Amino acid sequence: MTPRTIHELTAAYTRGETTPSRVTEEYLARIAKLDDKVGAYLTVTAEQARAAARAADERYRQGRPLGPLDGAPVTLKDVFCTKGVRTTCGSRILEHFVPPYDATVTERLAKAGAVMLGKTNMDEFAMGSSTEHSALKVTRNPWDLARVPGGSSGGPAAAVAAGLAAGSFGTDTGGSIRQPAAFCGVVGLKPTYGRVSRYGLVAFASSLDHPGPFGADVLDTALLLGGIAGRDPLDATSIDAAVPDYAAELERGVQGLRLGVPDEYFTKGMDPEVESVVRAAIDVLKGLGATLERVSLPATPHALATYYVIAPAEASSNLARYDGVKYGLRVPGHDLIDMESKTRAAGFGAEVRRRIMLGTYVLSAGYYDAYYGQAQKVRTLVRRDFDAAFRRVDLLVAPTTPNVPFKHGEKTDPVQMYLNDVFTIPADMAGVPGVSVPCGFTKSGLPIGLQIIGRTLDESTMLRAARAYERATDWHMRRPNLG
Amino acid sequence: MISREDVVHVARLARLALTDGELETMREQLNAILAHIDALKAVDTSGIEPTSHAVPQFNVMREDEPRPCFPIEEMLANAPDRAGDFFRVPRIIEE
Repeated sequence: MTPRTIHELTAAYTRGETTPSRVTEEYLARIAKLDDKVGAYLTVTAEQARAAARAADERYRQGRPLGPLDGAPVTLKDVFCTKGVRTTCGSRILEHFVPPYDATVTERLAKAGAVMLGKTNMDEFAMGSSTEHSALKVTRNPWDLARVPGGSSGGPAAAVAAGLAAGSFGTDTGGSIRQPAAFCGVVGLKPTYGRVSRYGLVAFASSLDHPGPFGADVLDTALLLGGIAGRDPLDATSIDAAVPDYAAELERGVQGLRLGVPDEYFTKGMDPEVESVVRAAIDVLKGLGATLERVSLPATPHALATYYVIAPAEASSNLARYDGVKYGLRVPGHDLIDMESKTRAAGFGAEVRRRIMLGTYVLSAGYYDAYYGQAQKVRTLVRRDFDAAFRRVDLLVAPTTPNVPFKHGEKTDPVQMYLNDVFTIPADMAGVPGVSVPCGFTKSGLPIGLQIIGRTLDESTMLRAARAYERATDWHMRRPNLG
Repeated sequence: MISREDVVHVARLARLALTDGELETMREQLNAILAHIDALKAVDTSGIEPTSHAVPQFNVMREDEPRPCFPIEEMLANAPDRAGDFFRVPRIIEE
């Protein structure tokens, strides 16, 4: 049976047991057979995938693979520009948009020899926590097709969970990698802000957007991160710091690591099954030699409100470019303003419109200081909480989400939907790295995620703890039964 | 809270053509969200500097050297309406 992880696949390629082309055909066949049920893919790039796989075949034949991702079948959230391949952001306003350039993430993956199978579904412009706000398709949770995969990177998360890609890439602005990873029972990593280039990543909130990988296990996730991380002169916010070999440090274990358990991440309203499963997972880490300490991050209850000022504000600015002038949907109008207004009303879905309106309002004259100015100051408090905690501990351990995957159509109130992200938003605001790893299931078989948060630019320690947990358990080996 | 006039004004700033029904729904939903956000006003932020970027970079410079840019045809490929090498739009300035 074909191995499921990238590291197993590349080992099999090296041993000559199979080839990238053969594996690519298997994945394409699996997509053809199962994606009607899951709905992860918006665009499948079969011919390009085959061409990339043939090139990888040749390199393995000559014994000269490019690296640990050569021949790896992956998918990108449809928010990353891919030259010549439709990039929709899950929106009608870009439904037929074909980018003239590749995102840096796209380019680095190609240079690493990865085989892109296609582009996957998302909440429109990355605004959402269930992928239900995609204007183009419904994505279903592979563990229970009546339930959501999480969002906004629901497509990439579901693709890995369902074996429709060996790895994938999404973006996390308020939790949109970690939360769908938890909901889909896969590993999802949000790096430090600026660790991965945002060039060619369609912007939602520029100070909060974080590109990052999904993997079937922590080792794959570390390899995927290594393939895309590093300074990019095309992104002025990308950090100029050396990229460690994330896989090299992975097996060091947690002996002597100090883990902080934050009071504010175990709230009264959260699902009791999630709480008990996550606490059991934390105890596993303690059993492996880590020490536990209670910590408090008092600004946490304000993080959600702060995010829902800053993110929409930045989005209102970033999405101003969709006006029907140069690309995308255009609805005719009697003058420019009329054309723009009709285009945007027709092209944007309800959630996007809501956030643009909210963002425009909080930035408008008379409200700027009270809302946006104040939110930026509270953001400083959120950041300081992490700084203070990391003077005492090396990592924080907590639930990824307060709840379990819910049913399609269950959460219609916008504010109820926003509450999905209470435990993920703070790390986005502070720019510190966070990862979600599968840590168990509810009695009814729904996945639950353990979140590990690390210091700025210390993805290595975070990955090390995640790997130690994974080696001691086998949640990540379970697969949904899709046929 | 947000008034009908506010919503109309913001919709114009945001270039969103909303129907009367949509404006009213928007007003209700924004008010519900703002009710939660208003809790921020009570947070003591005296003496606190604002954060615009969590991991800030400063003065990221490069040499002012011209480089090849995108070909015009590629840039016009997605154009909803073009005239020669230009994007064509409805009139901007009133007569």
